[in-house]
Amino acid sequence: MSAQGSDCIKMNSEAPAVELRGIWKRFPGVIANSDINLSVTKGTVHAIIGENGAGKSTLMKILYGMQEPDEGTILINGTELDFESPADAIEAGIGMVHQHFMLADNFTVLENIILGSEPHNGPLINFTAARTKINDIAALNGLSINADALVATLGVGDRQRIEILKVLYRGAKILILDEPTAVLVPHEVNELFDTLRELKKAGNTIIFISHKLDEVLAIADEITVIRRGTTVGAVNPRETRVSSEDLAVMMVGSELPTPETPGNTIRDEVVLDVEHLSVISPSGKAIVDDISFSIRSGEIVGIAGVEGNGQAEILDALMGIVESTGTVKFKLEDISDLSTRKRRELGIGFIPEDRQRQALLLNAPLWENRMLGQQTVAPNSKGLLLTPKSAKADTERIVKQFDVRTPGINVLASALSGGNQQKLIVGREMSGEPKLLIAAHPTRGIDVGAQAAIWDHLRHAREAGLAVLLISADLDELIGMSDTIKVLLRGRFVADANPSTVTPEQLGTAMTGAGKVSA
Amino acid sequence: MKLRRFLTSLIAPLLGVVVSIAVTAAILVFIHASVSGVFSAMLKYGTSPRAETLILNLATTYFLSALAVAIGFKMNLFNIGVNGQYVLGAVAAGAVAGNLTLPKPISLTITILVAMIVGAAWAGVAAWLKVSRGVSEVISTIMLNFIAIAIISFAIIRTSVGTETAMNIRGTKVIPESGMLRGSAFIDPKTKVYGFFFVTIFIGLLYWFVLNRTRFGYDLRATGHSASAARVSGIEAKRMTTITMLISGALAGLVGLPYLLGDAASYNLNFPTDWGFTGIAIALLGRNNPLGIAFGALLWAFLDVSSGQLILEGVPREITTIMQGLIVFVVVMSYEIVRRNQIKSEQNRVAKALEAQAVSA
Amino acid sequence: MNITKQQKLISILGVGIAILSITRTITSNGDLTSAVTISQALGFAVPIGLAGLAGIWSERAGVVNIGLEGMMILGTFGAGWAGYQWGAWAGLVAGVVFGGLGGLLLAVASVSFGVDQIIAGTAINLLATGLTKFLAILLFTDAPGGGQAQSPPITGEIPTITINAIADPLIALHDKGLFFISDTAGLLSGLFFQLSLLTVITALLFIGTAWLLWRTRFGLRLRSAGENPWAADSLGVKVTTYKYMAVTISGLLAGLGGAYLSIASTIYRNGQTAGRGFIGLATMIFGNWRPGGTGAGAIMFGYIDTLRLIDSDNKNVRGLILIGALVVLLIAVFLLRSARRSTGIGFALLGAVLVGAFLVASNFPPEVAQVAPYITTLLVLATASQNLRPPAADGAPFRKGESH
Repeated sequence: MSAQGSDCIKMNSEAPAVELRGIWKRFPGVIANSDINLSVTKGTVHAIIGENGAGKSTLMKILYGMQEPDEGTILINGTELDFESPADAIEAGIGMVHQHFMLADNFTVLENIILGSEPHNGPLINFTAARTKINDIAALNGLSINADALVATLGVGDRQRIEILKVLYRGAKILILDEPTAVLVPHEVNELFDTLRELKKAGNTIIFISHKLDEVLAIADEITVIRRGTTVGAVNPRETRVSSEDLAVMMVGSELPTPETPGNTIRDEVVLDVEHLSVISPSGKAIVDDISFSIRSGEIVGIAGVEGNGQAEILDALMGIVESTGTVKFKLEDISDLSTRKRRELGIGFIPEDRQRQALLLNAPLWENRMLGQQTVAPNSKGLLLTPKSAKADTERIVKQFDVRTPGINVLASALSGGNQQKLIVGREMSGEPKLLIAAHPTRGIDVGAQAAIWDHLRHAREAGLAVLLISADLDELIGMSDTIKVLLRGRFVADANPSTVTPEQLGTAMTGAGKVSA
Repeated sequence: MKLRRFLTSLIAPLLGVVVSIAVTAAILVFIHASVSGVFSAMLKYGTSPRAETLILNLATTYFLSALAVAIGFKMNLFNIGVNGQYVLGAVAAGAVAGNLTLPKPISLTITILVAMIVGAAWAGVAAWLKVSRGVSEVISTIMLNFIAIAIISFAIIRTSVGTETAMNIRGTKVIPESGMLRGSAFIDPKTKVYGFFFVTIFIGLLYWFVLNRTRFGYDLRATGHSASAARVSGIEAKRMTTITMLISGALAGLVGLPYLLGDAASYNLNFPTDWGFTGIAIALLGRNNPLGIAFGALLWAFLDVSSGQLILEGVPREITTIMQGLIVFVVVMSYEIVRRNQIKSEQNRVAKALEAQAVSA
Repeated sequence: MNITKQQKLISILGVGIAILSITRTITSNGDLTSAVTISQALGFAVPIGLAGLAGIWSERAGVVNIGLEGMMILGTFGAGWAGYQWGAWAGLVAGVVFGGLGGLLLAVASVSFGVDQIIAGTAINLLATGLTKFLAILLFTDAPGGGQAQSPPITGEIPTITINAIADPLIALHDKGLFFISDTAGLLSGLFFQLSLLTVITALLFIGTAWLLWRTRFGLRLRSAGENPWAADSLGVKVTTYKYMAVTISGLLAGLGGAYLSIASTIYRNGQTAGRGFIGLATMIFGNWRPGGTGAGAIMFGYIDTLRLIDSDNKNVRGLILIGALVVLLIAVFLLRSARRSTGIGFALLGAVLVGAFLVASNFPPEVAQVAPYITTLLVLATASQNLRPPAADGAPFRKGESH
C-alpha cells in the first residue's frame, strides 16, 4: 500500500465505504448485536470474523436492509442512510452474496442475473443487450461464465460466480459475502480469492464474513472481530503483523470455557468398526470415498473438515439414512444392511446437523419429541403401543437433568430457544444408555452455558464407556473433546491429528489439504 | 397450555359457522325471504325424530369418508380419490352380497372385507405410483376417480355385474335381507338408524386409538409434522406412504356401505358418487380429529337434511350448499391464521414464564 | 446430428399423420381423418385447452390449481346467466369474469392467507358447485325456457368460419382415400370447415401466453415466482403481486373455457363441465407445463372425445385402440434403443396387448375412449417424470421475507 502513496492518501481522505456506529439489535430473550462499530475503507477487502453465533449474520442483515437496527447509524460513503428493505441497500450500491445461493435452477444464467432489472424494448426482454452487459461485467471483473447455460447443470463455484455477477449487474460497488467459502472445496476457494482480487482492482469494496482465520489472513486488508454480539477490535494486517493465534484470542476471548476431556478412558472393546465406506451421489461422484476407521468404548473420535467434504454423508451412511457400500460393524455385528430404526434400537444415538429439520417435531409437545427416534423402545412404547405416561415422566427427567429451560413438557418444541432445543435433543439421544453417539455440531449456535453443560454430559458418558463420533466446525471443541482426530478432505481421510499437541491453526491448514499434522 | 390449545382450536370452526350464517342471512334478505323463518324452519325440522335419524344416517357416511381423507392428511398425503375408491368398493360389495345366501354375520363380514379390499387396492395403485414412480397422489387419485366411474358404468351397463333391478334401472343384484344391516328405529318409529352407525362409532374409536396410542400412529403423525425428522428417526417414508394409503383406501371402501346395506340394497347408477369430496370438506372442518370430524359430519348432515324443508319457505334448498362451501372456506383460512398466531403466542408465553421463573429464583 | 425444433415438430407431425393414415386404411374408417371429425375435435379441445392454459398460468407462478374445475363451473354459469339475457358475447364476458373471481378467491386463500393450495382449490370446487346450483334455481327457474338446473337458451351465437374455396377441394381429396395425402387433406380441411371464432381466439391465447411468459419481463418475473420465489423476492420482484395476477388470469381463462361450453351447447346446465377442469390439469402435465405441449394434449384429448361421441357404428373406438397401439409401440422402439430397457419392454408389452385386443375384438365399449385421457396422463407421469420439468417451487408456500 505504501508503494502507491498518493493513491493511499486520496483513499484515506475519502469517507469510508461503510461505517456503522453504535448498532444494537435485540430479539426476544437475546441481544444479537450490542454497540457494533466498524469502518470499511473503500476499495479494500474487509473481513468480519467471529464464531458461529457471535452476531455476524444479524449484522449483515442489518447492513443489507433485511432487518432494521434498534439503535445506531449506518453511513454509506459518508452519508447517513436508513434501510427499510434490501431495495434501499441495493440503491445505495450494496450487494449481498448469500451463503445459501438464491438461484432458479430451471432458469439460464442470464435469466437469473437479469431478473428484476431486465434490459428491455417495451415489454420484451432485450436478450442481446443483457448478454452483452453480462459479458462486459464478467470480463471487467475477471469472471468467466456461459450466460446461456442452465443453472441446474452448474456446480457450486459457478453458482457463486453467478451470485457475484447478479450483485455487480445491479451496480453494486460494495459487496457483502456471507461465509462464501463454507460450501467451496479448496481449489474453488483459491479461485474465489482471485475473483475477489480482481473485484478489488476494478474498484469494488468487499465485506468478507468468515470464521476461518487462515482464509481471512490470506485475503483481507482490514479485519474487524466480533465477539458475543459486539465489535471487540479492528486490525490492519497489511500494517501490523498479526497471527491467526492473535485473531483466535480476540475471537474467542478468555472467559469462554474451553472444552477438554481429562484422562484416558479408552477401553479395549471396539464399538464401531467401519471398513471401506463409500457414498456415491446420484451424479456418480464419490462423496465419501472408501474410508475406514474404528471407535472404541470410552473414546471420542473427531472428524475435522471444511463443511461439504462428506461429513454429513458419513453420518447419514452410519445411520442407514443414505445408501452406502462397505461394512459397518457395531460391536462386532455387521449392521450394514440394517434400517435406521434397527440401528437406533441397537443403541446408537444420533444428534443430526440441522436440529430443527432433522431432530425435532416443532409443532409437537416436548414429550412427543422425547419419543422421536426412540418410539420403538421403553420408556416410549411397549410392543406396538405407546406408553405416554412413562414417556412424559422420562421427559421430566431429561428436562431436569439437562437443564432444559421450559415451563413444562406440554410446551411445543418450537417455543423453546435453540439452546434448550439442543439440550433436549442431547438428553434424548443419551437416554437409554447408548453404546455409540454420533454427534454433528452438538453445541452449534447455542449459548455458552448450555455449551459447557453439553460438554459435561459428553465427558461423563465417555467415562462411563460411551463411544462418540464427533463432527464439529468448532476446532477448539474438536481438539478439546476428541481422543483422536481424523481430517476429512473430499470424502477421504487425509491425516490423523493428536488432539493433545495439535493447534487449531495446524488443523485448519490440514483441512484445506495444505499442511501435514503430527500424528 | 393444553386447554388453551384446545380452546383456540375451536375459534376457526365457530368463526366458519358464524360467517356462513351471516352471509346466508344476507342472501336471504337479498332475495326477500324471511331470515328467522328459514332458520327456524330448518331448526324445527332438523330436530324432529325423523330428521334426526336421517342426519345420523347421512353423518355416518360422511364420517367414514372424512376419516379416510383425514388419515392421509395426517401425514400430508392427499387422498383426493375417496370417490373412486368407495364407488368401486360399493359395487364390488353389492355384487358379492347380492349373490350370498349365508348367515348374516358371515355375509356381512365378507361384504365389508370385499369393500375394504377393493377400496384399498384402488388406493394402492396411487400408492404404488407415488412410491415407485414419484407420481403425486393428488393428480393420480383424480385420474383414478374418473377411471373408476368409467369402470363402474361399464360393469353395470355391459356386464353381468349389472341386472335390471326395480324401476328399470340397472344395478347390482338386490342384496337378500340376510345380507343387509338395516339397523333399528330407536329415534323415530318409522325410520331406522343404519346398523352401520354403530360399526362407524367403533371405527372412530379405533381410529383415535391407532393414531394416539400406537407406534404406527406416532410414526404417521411424526411424518406429517416433519418428513425429514421422521426419516432421521428411523421411519421409512415409502412404507408409511403405502400403508397409510392402503388404510385410507380401505376406510374409503366402507363409505358406500351404510347406505347400501341400510337402505339401497343394490348399487345402481343413481348411487351418489361425490361423498368423497364431502369427506375432504369435513376432514378439513374437523381438523383430522375424530371428534371434530364427528361434529363436522353431523353439521353437514344437518344442513343437508333440514334444507329439505326450505322449499316450503320458498327458498331453494341449495342455499345450504353455499353455507357448506363458505364454512369450509372460512375455516381453512382461519385455521391458518390461528395456527400462525398460536406458535408466536406460545413462544411469547414460554419466554414470559421463563423470565418469571428467573426473577423468582 | 443436430435436429432443430422445426425439424422435430415436422417429423412428429408426419409420423402422427402416418399412424392415423395406417389406421384409417386398415379399419377402412374414413371418419378418423374427416373434416367433420377434425372440426369437432378442435371444438372439444377448446375448453380442455383453455383449462390447461389456465393451469399453466397459475402453476408457472407456483400455485397449484386444483380449483380449475370450480372456476370453469363459474364460467359456464356466468355465460348461461348473461347469455340468455344479452346474447352470446355478453355471456362470454360474464363467464370470463366469473371465472376470474374464482381465481381471485384462490389467490386470496393461498397467497395471502397461506392456506394449502390443494385444500384451497378443493374448497373452491365445493363452493362453486354449491353456488351455481343455488343461483340456477334462483335465477333460472322462473325464466322463460329455463329450469331448476339449466338456463334458458343463450341467444345469438359466436360466428364460425368456413372457407369453402379451401375446404371443399380438401374434402374431395380426403374422400379419394389415398394413403397419407388424403389424410393430410382431411386434417387440413378441418381447419377451414366450421371453425369457431372462439377456437381462433383460443389459439391466439396460446400463442400470446407463450410470448408473454417466455419473452417479456412480465413473464420472466411471473415464472420466477414459480421457480424460486425467495430469490425473486431478494431481487425486488413483487412475488405476491405476480402470484395474484397469475392466479386471477388462470381463473379468467378457466372461466372462458366454461363459457365456451355453455355457449357451444347454447345453454347452461348443472354439471356441464363434467371434470374438464381436471382433464385440463392433465393436459398441462402432459404438455410439460408449456403451451405447445398442452395445446397438443388438448387436441389429442378432444380428438379422442370426438371419436367416442360420433361413433355411430361402433368402430371408432376400435380405430383408437390401433392408433394407441401404434403410438405405444413406437415409444417402445425409442425406449429400447435408449438406455431405458425395462420401461421399453413394458411399453412393448402394452402395445402387444393393444394390438391383440384390436385383432380379437371387433367392437369396444365407449368407456375405453372415456378413460383414455386419464390413463394416458398416468402413463406419462409414471414413465416420463424425469423428462417433465414442473416449476421448481410449484405448490410451495411463500411468505415475503421468510426463507425456505
